[in-house]
Amino acid sequence: MKKTLMGNHAAAVAVRLARTEVVAAYPITPQTQVVEALAEMKASGEFAGRFVKVESEHSAMACLVGAAQTGVRCFTATSSQGLAYMHEMLHWAAGARLPIVMAEVNRALGAPWILWTDQTDSLAQRDTGWLQFYCSSNQEILDTTLLAFKVAEELSLPVMVNYDGFTLSHTYEPVDVPAQELVDRFLPKHDFALALDLADPKAFSALPKPQEYFRLRRRMAADMGRAHQVIASVEDEFARLFGRSYSAVEAYKADDADALLVTTGAPASTALDAVDELRKEGFKAGNLRIRQFRPFPAEALRAYARPGRNLVVVDRNFSMGQEGIFCEELKSALYPLKERPQVFGTVAGLGGGDITVELLKEIWLDAKQGRGDALQPVWMEDAR
Amino acid sequence: MLEIRFHGRGGQGTVLAAKMLADAVLRSGRGECMAIPEFGVERRGAPVLAYARISDKPIRVRSRIYAPDAVVVLDPVFAASEGVVHGLKPGGTVIVNSEKSAEELSALRPGFRWVPVPAKAIALKHGLGSQTSPMVNTAICGAMVAGLGVADIESLEKAVREAVPVKVEQNIAAAREAYEAVKGRLHAAAH
Repeated sequence: MKKTLMGNHAAAVAVRLARTEVVAAYPITPQTQVVEALAEMKASGEFAGRFVKVESEHSAMACLVGAAQTGVRCFTATSSQGLAYMHEMLHWAAGARLPIVMAEVNRALGAPWILWTDQTDSLAQRDTGWLQFYCSSNQEILDTTLLAFKVAEELSLPVMVNYDGFTLSHTYEPVDVPAQELVDRFLPKHDFALALDLADPKAFSALPKPQEYFRLRRRMAADMGRAHQVIASVEDEFARLFGRSYSAVEAYKADDADALLVTTGAPASTALDAVDELRKEGFKAGNLRIRQFRPFPAEALRAYARPGRNLVVVDRNFSMGQEGIFCEELKSALYPLKERPQVFGTVAGLGGGDITVELLKEIWLDAKQGRGDALQPVWMEDAR
Repeated sequence: MLEIRFHGRGGQGTVLAAKMLADAVLRSGRGECMAIPEFGVERRGAPVLAYARISDKPIRVRSRIYAPDAVVVLDPVFAASEGVVHGLKPGGTVIVNSEKSAEELSALRPGFRWVPVPAKAIALKHGLGSQTSPMVNTAICGAMVAGLGVADIESLEKAVREAVPVKVEQNIAAAREAYEAVKGRLHAAAH
C-alpha cells in the first residue's frame, strides 16, 4: 500500500517490518525522526523490539555490539558528528563480524555548524569494514533497509544505509509499504552461528596472535569480495518478491551516450531529468548512478568505460588534499584497464547546496567538451 | 508537472500543509506529489519555505523550486510582497491567506491569478489557534485543493485526519469551509 512518507519514516517503517529486536540510538539532526518514530511505535506497541536509550552514539554502537553478539537483529541511526563519535565502535562491529544495520543520514561535518547534506561523514568511514549503500528515493530507503538486514546476516558484516539529509530525510513522497507477511518471507528470524550461548561458552574478540589476526582480516576481505555476488542474489530475490529491482551501478541511457555523468544519492535522481533535457536538446547524454560504495563495484563500472567517452563524477563530498571521494575510487577502479576514458571530478553541493537540473546539464556539457586539466576537480555551484 | 512554493512562518504548520497536500494528491489517485520542506534553523515566527511537485509521472527532480507555477501564502504579512511572486511564472496562481479581494491584490501586483481565502477568520471560527497565532494550514489546504484542482476534498479530509494531532473535526471543517469559499468564488467568476 502506498503511503506518503518522509525518508526518515521510511527507514523506521522498514525497521519495524524487519521485526528488529534491539534499537539503540541517540538523536541528531537530520536523523532524529527515525528514532522518534521508532520510540512512538514502541510506545504504541506497534514495534515489539527493545528500544535502548543511550547517552551518546559511541554507546549506541557499543550497546549493539553486545546485543548483536547474542544473535538478535539490531539497528541504529545517526548523522555527521554522531557518526564521527561512533567511529571507533564501527571498526569493532565489523571486526567482530556483527550484522548490525545503520541508517546514516548524510550531513556535513563542522566546523562551522552545519545541518545540511554532504557525504563526507559516511565516506570518511570507508575503511571500517562496513558495507555502504547510497539511496536516491524514499522507496529505496525502505527497500535498502530491508535488503541490508538480509545482506548483513548472510555475510556477518555490518551495513550502512546512507541517504541525503533533508533532501530525502525530510521530503514526503509516496512509498509502497510492503505487507508484513511478504517481509517475513524475505527476512526470517536471524540464525547467527556465532551467537553467545550460555550452554556453550566461548570467548569473543580476545587477543589473537598476529598470524591469527592476519588470517581473520584476510577472511573478512574475502567475504567483502564475495559480497558482490551475495548482494546481487539478495537483490534478485527482493525483486521477485517485491517487484522492485536494484543493482550496484544503475545506468540510464548510457549505451549510446557521448559522455556520462556519474552520480550518487538524491542528485542521481535529478540527473535523470538532466539527461532527458539534454537528449531533447540533441545531446547524447547518459548517467551512471553508483548505489553501492563498499564493496566498491569496480567491475560493474569498468563495463561502462570506453576510451574517448568522458566520465564526469559529481561528488557532494571532499577529501581535503585529494579530490572527491567517488571520483578517486572510480579512477582507481579504471586504472587496471589498458585503455581508459578521461575521468573528470566535480565538487558540488557541499553542505546542502542545491544540485539542480541546470547545474548537472552544465557539468555534463563541460565534460563532453573535455577539460584542459583533467587532474584538478572543478568546483561548481548553482548560485541561486 | 505542477510546481508549488509555500511561504509561511515557523509555527503556522507550513510543512504539514505541504505534507497534507502530498497525501491528498496520492489518495485522489491523480498522480503523485513530493513535499519538500526547506529547513533552516527552525524557530517560531521565522519565515519558512516549503515546496511541492505534482505530476502524473514519477517525480525524479529533487532540487528546490526556483520558477513555481503556483505560490501558497500562509502568512498574511507576506500577502502581496515582492518575495512571494519572485520567480513565479507569468499568470501563475497565488493562493493567499488574505481578507483582500482578488481584484485588490491584482491591482497591487498584476500579472498573476490571485486566489485569496480568509484563512485566519476560518481558522479562528473553528477554534484553531489564537488571534495572534491562528493555525491556518488546514484552511489553506482546502483553498489549494479548490484553487489548483489537484485533489478532491474527500481525499484532503482523509489526509487531514491522518496528519493533525488534535482538533481533527475542527480542522476538517476549516478545510471544507475554505474549499467551499474558493470553489464558490471561482464558480461565480466563471459565469
